[in-house]
Amino acid sequence: MAVEPDLKIELGKQGVFVTTLNELYNWGRRNSVWPMQFGLACCAIEMIATTMARYDLARFGAEVFRPSPRQADLMIISGTVTKKMAPQVVRLYNQMAEPRYVIAMGACAISGGPFKQGYNVLKGIDRYIPVDVHIPGCPPRPEALIHAFMTLQKRIEEQPLTGENRPRHLDADAQGLFPVPEPGAHDLVPPVNRLVWPLPAPKPDATEKQG
Amino acid sequence: MSTAAFKSYRPPVIEPSNEGELLEVAMGPHHPSTHGVFRMDVALDGEIVIKLKPVFGYLHRNHEKIAEKASYLASMPYTDRLDYFCSMTNNWAYAIAVEKLAGIEVPERAQYIRVITAELTRIQNHASAIGFLLQEMGASGTPLMYAFREREKILDIFEELSGSRMMCNYMRFGGCRVELPKDWLEKVAAIVDGLPRFIDEIEALLTGNEILMARTQGVGVLKPDLAVNAGITGPMLRATGVNYDIRKVDRYGIYDRFEFRVPLGDHGDIYDRYMVRVLEMRESVGILRQALKDVPAGPIVDPKQKVRGFRPKPGEAYGRIEGPKGELGFYLISDGSGNPYRYRVRPPSLINLTVLEDMCIGQNVADVVLTFGSVDIVLGEVDR
Amino acid sequence: MKTAEEILAAIKTALPEAKVELVQNPSVSGQHSLVVAPEDGLAVAVFLRDDSELALDFCSNATGVDWLDKETTEKVKATEVVDGEEKVIEKTVKHIQPGYLESVYHLYSMRQKHGPVIFRMRTANRTDQVELPSMTPVWRSCEFQEREIFDLFGIVFKGHPDLRRILMWDEFEDHPMRRDYVDPDDYEYEPTPHDEVLKRAQEHQAQQNEAKQAAEVTQ
Repeated sequence: MAVEPDLKIELGKQGVFVTTLNELYNWGRRNSVWPMQFGLACCAIEMIATTMARYDLARFGAEVFRPSPRQADLMIISGTVTKKMAPQVVRLYNQMAEPRYVIAMGACAISGGPFKQGYNVLKGIDRYIPVDVHIPGCPPRPEALIHAFMTLQKRIEEQPLTGENRPRHLDADAQGLFPVPEPGAHDLVPPVNRLVWPLPAPKPDATEKQG
Repeated sequence: MSTAAFKSYRPPVIEPSNEGELLEVAMGPHHPSTHGVFRMDVALDGEIVIKLKPVFGYLHRNHEKIAEKASYLASMPYTDRLDYFCSMTNNWAYAIAVEKLAGIEVPERAQYIRVITAELTRIQNHASAIGFLLQEMGASGTPLMYAFREREKILDIFEELSGSRMMCNYMRFGGCRVELPKDWLEKVAAIVDGLPRFIDEIEALLTGNEILMARTQGVGVLKPDLAVNAGITGPMLRATGVNYDIRKVDRYGIYDRFEFRVPLGDHGDIYDRYMVRVLEMRESVGILRQALKDVPAGPIVDPKQKVRGFRPKPGEAYGRIEGPKGELGFYLISDGSGNPYRYRVRPPSLINLTVLEDMCIGQNVADVVLTFGSVDIVLGEVDR
Repeated sequence: MKTAEEILAAIKTALPEAKVELVQNPSVSGQHSLVVAPEDGLAVAVFLRDDSELALDFCSNATGVDWLDKETTEKVKATEVVDGEEKVIEKTVKHIQPGYLESVYHLYSMRQKHGPVIFRMRTANRTDQVELPSMTPVWRSCEFQEREIFDLFGIVFKGHPDLRRILMWDEFEDHPMRRDYVDPDDYEYEPTPHDEVLKRAQEHQAQQNEAKQAAEVTQ
């Protein structure tokens, strides 16, 4: 049960701090999201710039970039995911402990971006792992990454601890391991994980044109 | 036809010292101290590296294939994303190749602006390279923070000029894209005046630093004859003592008008590479001061130059410049149509890695990361 | 710096048996190239590197080019007997010039500070005879670049110390930089498809619909 905001402020003035377990728990979680030190391409440089003195990601409790996926909460897919790299990205995601979040940074991570026509470019990391926040841009500015970070924090804050929408780490039946694609003779096998990337409904106009 | 014996260069072979098993370690593609997605398969005998095989391709984005399907101009923004630290010099290298192919003259003003942007790029690249090198040495944060502080100032200048911090897409065939904003040259001059102080600061921190000396002197040594044969270019070549700077050799653009020296190393180790980069930054400041003095008025691009529907005559051309990482070249074959028949990037980062194995064999595994960092590569260019 | 003709003459005097031709470059860049027969490639390369005057000790760029089969049409006049009368009929005859793969090397001299000298070798065809001599023993800088050519174009370099795929994974079978390479169909949909992408998107959509219908029938 939430405390009324006005009552909370009034009590705070009296030196009494009231909170719920849910709020306290999410307050702790959202202010200590540790990203993984994991750069892929151009966007990684903007990610590094975000952690540097001018943009200072440390203000959001996220300055601790962990080199090991076991210690990280957040994976920032910063750049083009190629088909050669995609199995490793999925494997790293699998190695992360819950609660874990993914930010797809930049056009390439979202859809392949400018390199979409490439034979070795994965057309979006959403095909294999679930993504929480997408940032458009090529590359997105550091401010955009900070905005994505704040969006993620807001999401964490709003998560209830029980019920349908509870976070995955509190749900024993949630999917933990995501299948790692294998390199095939012409393409990755399978080219897409249908559990996280369902088949889009056929567009009526596209089918009409074919007659 | 038979050939007589000739000199050939291969990596050294070391016999393992004892009968114990070799430890095979895959460093990467996700590794905290690689510059991106790069893998080194290392065989270790205790702490000593016996074998090292680099594995590439984790960032192979098919730049060449896409460029062969697109028009000449459409490849310009893709060149930004090759070596994403130095978009201006990448643009210039591509523009030079196309200008050679089609015989386009560049106006005076554009030449000056190209030199200014390229030298600013060189300074920010070398500063970041030193920062990353120190990061790999274990000085996490501080030198990189200093480098990025200066880099942000230069990026602000680029953003004001081109609209983007990193991906400038500023050069065009036969000139530059847009006229300079108001007071831009004064702002550059103010930043250039502050740069010597920054370089002094870096030098005061690092050049005489005992830890840096102990970790880098005599480590990752490269011999000049091997460096030439393996096609090493840029600061890494000059650290071995070979005097080869394409700005001096080809005198492309208007580099013959400026006075600058080419810093050379003597030992070819990591410390020399660091020192050459520092001295090159100082020379770049000198070039910038000379260039900023007399930027002429005039058009920024030849107004008669056709931008749309650009079709060079059939033929081929190879254009190259001295990029911050080494010789960046573009090889284009035209068949007379609107897009190149063959488009090839000569990546300095990839070719500079040829000798990584030679430099690392026989060293401690802790120095592998350091040696790798001193090559100064960007994976976008290695794999393209 | 010697011109391409002079370099050709120098090769002819030093290696009289070598089959070397000069190929003119019509572009204004004026970078003409020498085409060397593959069997003479190594000898010519060693000469170019070790000759004291040329001293091309730095192989800057090595790359491949894929030349598809070229179809040329030619009009031929022929007399034929049609209905008892002799007529002059114009016929168009198609010639198919077989395609080939080519490796191109750009050589510079660091000692003499001149260049480029362009050196090319051609395979017999594009399918089964794709072997060329490797230049890695002469210039170490070709090591990774030749691996890249092998990976993307499928030229097999004889004498290369470590010829493996470099950019694509080892299980990959195609040579994607060849001009007749077809990308895998992994387009899901495009927000704003146009031109070739629209065509591919429609083809993809048709396949998907068929698969869906087939699935419905089996249910």
